[in-house]
Amino acid sequence: MSDNDMQAEIVLEHYREPHNYGTLENATVSMTESNPVCGDTVNISLLIEDGAVKDVKFVGKGCSISQASASMLTDRIMGKSLEELKEIDEESVIDMIGLKLGPSREKCALLSFNTLQKCIKEYQSSQ
Amino acid sequence: MINPEEIKSHFPIFNREIKGNRLVYLDSAATTQKPVEVVDAIVDYYYNSNSNVHRGIYTISEEATELYDASRENVSHFIGSKDSRQIVFVRNATEALNFLSYTLGRSLTEGDEILLSVMEHHSNIVPWQFLKEKGVRLKFVDIGSDGNLDLEDLKSKISKRTKIVSLTHVSNLLGTINPVKEIGRIAHENGSVFIVDGAQSVPHMPVDVEDIGCDFMAFSGHKMLGPSGIGVLYGKFDLLDSLHPFMGGGEMIREVSLEESTWNDTPLKFEAGTPNIEGAIGLSAAVDFLRGLGMENVRRHEMELVSYVLQKEIESGIKDLVSYGPREVQERGGVYSFNIGEIHPLDLNRKLSVESVETSAVHPHDVAADLDSYGLSIRSGHHCAMPLNNKLGIVASSRASFYIYNSREDVNALFDALKKVQKAFVR
Ligand SMILES: Cc1ncc(COP(=O)(O)O)c(C=O)c1O
Repeated sequence: MSDNDMQAEIVLEHYREPHNYGTLENATVSMTESNPVCGDTVNISLLIEDGAVKDVKFVGKGCSISQASASMLTDRIMGKSLEELKEIDEESVIDMIGLKLGPSREKCALLSFNTLQKCIKEYQSSQ
Repeated sequence: MINPEEIKSHFPIFNREIKGNRLVYLDSAATTQKPVEVVDAIVDYYYNSNSNVHRGIYTISEEATELYDASRENVSHFIGSKDSRQIVFVRNATEALNFLSYTLGRSLTEGDEILLSVMEHHSNIVPWQFLKEKGVRLKFVDIGSDGNLDLEDLKSKISKRTKIVSLTHVSNLLGTINPVKEIGRIAHENGSVFIVDGAQSVPHMPVDVEDIGCDFMAFSGHKMLGPSGIGVLYGKFDLLDSLHPFMGGGEMIREVSLEESTWNDTPLKFEAGTPNIEGAIGLSAAVDFLRGLGMENVRRHEMELVSYVLQKEIESGIKDLVSYGPREVQERGGVYSFNIGEIHPLDLNRKLSVESVETSAVHPHDVAADLDSYGLSIRSGHHCAMPLNNKLGIVASSRASFYIYNSREDVNALFDALKKVQKAFVR
C-alpha cells in the first residue's frame, strides 16, 4: 500500500466509525454549518470549562471527507485550551486529512473547521 | 450503426490511462471529447489561413472569411435552418440565453411574465431573473412524478401576460425529452415568443428548428465534439433581425460617428468584435463528423445504452440505488442520474441529532471520487439545476452521461465500480 492509500484508509475509518459522535447534553455552545452546494452538514457541541475544551461531540452528514475531518478535528481539540485552538488554521486541517484534495473537496474538508470557528465566536460573544 | 470501438480510434484521449485503468468517460453532458478531425481543422486553420475575418483584402483573410462563413452555413443546415443568416455565433448556450434576456427583455414591462420550468439549467433561469428589476414575473412549469413536464400545469400557467416561454429540449439531469413542438404551438397560439435550450438535444438527436417551429434555439459547440468558446443562437430571421444589438464594437457596425452608429446586417450586427474563428471552424468539423455518423444513429445508440443501464440497474442489486427521470427510453436522452441512498437537504428547523441524520447514503462526491480511481469519469453535484434538486428533495446526485464513444462495456464498468463503492462506503 502506498502512503496515500494508507492515509485514505485512515480517513475512511474515521468516516465509517467516527470518533466523538453525538451531541452533548450539557454543551456550553453548539453550532451547525452546512455547505448548500453539496449538502454537507456538521454540528459541533463543546463543553468549555476553565478556558479549555472539556468535552466535544459532533453529528453530521455528507461525504467521507467532511465527516472524517470532523472526527479528526474533534480528536485534535479534545482537552485543548482556547489559546491552543487559535493555532489551528485551514492549512493545518488540510494537512491533517493528508490526502490530495481538489478545490471543491477542500471545502468539504474545511466544513468542521468553519463550524468550530463559529462555535468559538459564539462562545466569546456570550462571555 | 454506431461502433463505439471504431469511433474511439478517432479520439486520442482514449489512449491514456487514468490511475492504471482505461479511461471510461461518462460526462459528455458536461462536455464531450474531441475527435482528431476537429482538432486538425483548427490546427490547419492556424497553420495555413490564420488572419482576421471580414476585413483584409488579401488571400489568407479571404480564406479565413470563407471558412468562417462556410461554418455558419454548415451549422445552419445541420439544425434544419433554411437561411444561414439565422445563425449567430456566440460563446455557448449560456451566452445565447443571456443575449435573449437582454435583447427581448428591452421591450418587456412591469407585469409581463416569462414561463420557464423547474427542470431548467441555471443558464435558463438566472438571466431571466435579471428582468425582475423591471417588474417582470417568472413562472415555472412543474414536473410530474415520472419526471416528465406537466403539460396541464403549463396550460394553467400560460397567460395573456406571458411574453416568453423558454424551455429546455432535454433535461441535463433527468434526461427528459420535452415535446417542444407541441409546446411551441401552445406558446404561439398564446402569442408568446418560444425559446428552446437545445444544449442537450442538438448533440444527441436529429433536431430541425423549422419543424419544431421555435423562434430561438441556444446550444454549445463543446457538448457536440466541438471546441469550447463557440456556441450558437438560432433565431427566426424577422424576429432576430428586429432585435437591438447585444454588444457594440467593431464588425457589428455599418457606419460610426461620434454621436451615433448604424448597424451591420444580421447576423453580423450581433457579432461585435473579432469572433471565435477557430471555434466556428472546429464546430463545423464536428458537425461534419456527426453528420457522417447520422443523428438518427447517434440517438438510437444512446437509447440502446440507456435501456441497458436501466436493465443493469435492476440486475446489479445495489442496495438503496435510486435513479431519476422517465423510465421510457423513447422519452429520455442519454443521461443517468442516481444516488446510493439519498441525502436530503437540511431542514434548519429540525435539530441535528444522531437519530435525525441518515447515515446509510453514500455522498455523490464519494461516488465520483471513488469511481475515478477505477478510471471512470462521472459528474457529482447539483448539475447546475438547484431548483430541480430541491423539487426532487435531494442535495445532489451522481450522473453518468453517454455519447457515441460509449459502449456496453462502459456500462458494465460503471455498475461493477458502483458495487465496490457501496462496499467501501456504506456504514
Ligand atoms: C440543458 C443545458 N442548458 C444549458 C447549458 C449551458 O451550457 P454552457 O455551459 O455550454 O453554456 C447546459 C450545460 O450544462 C445544459 O445542460
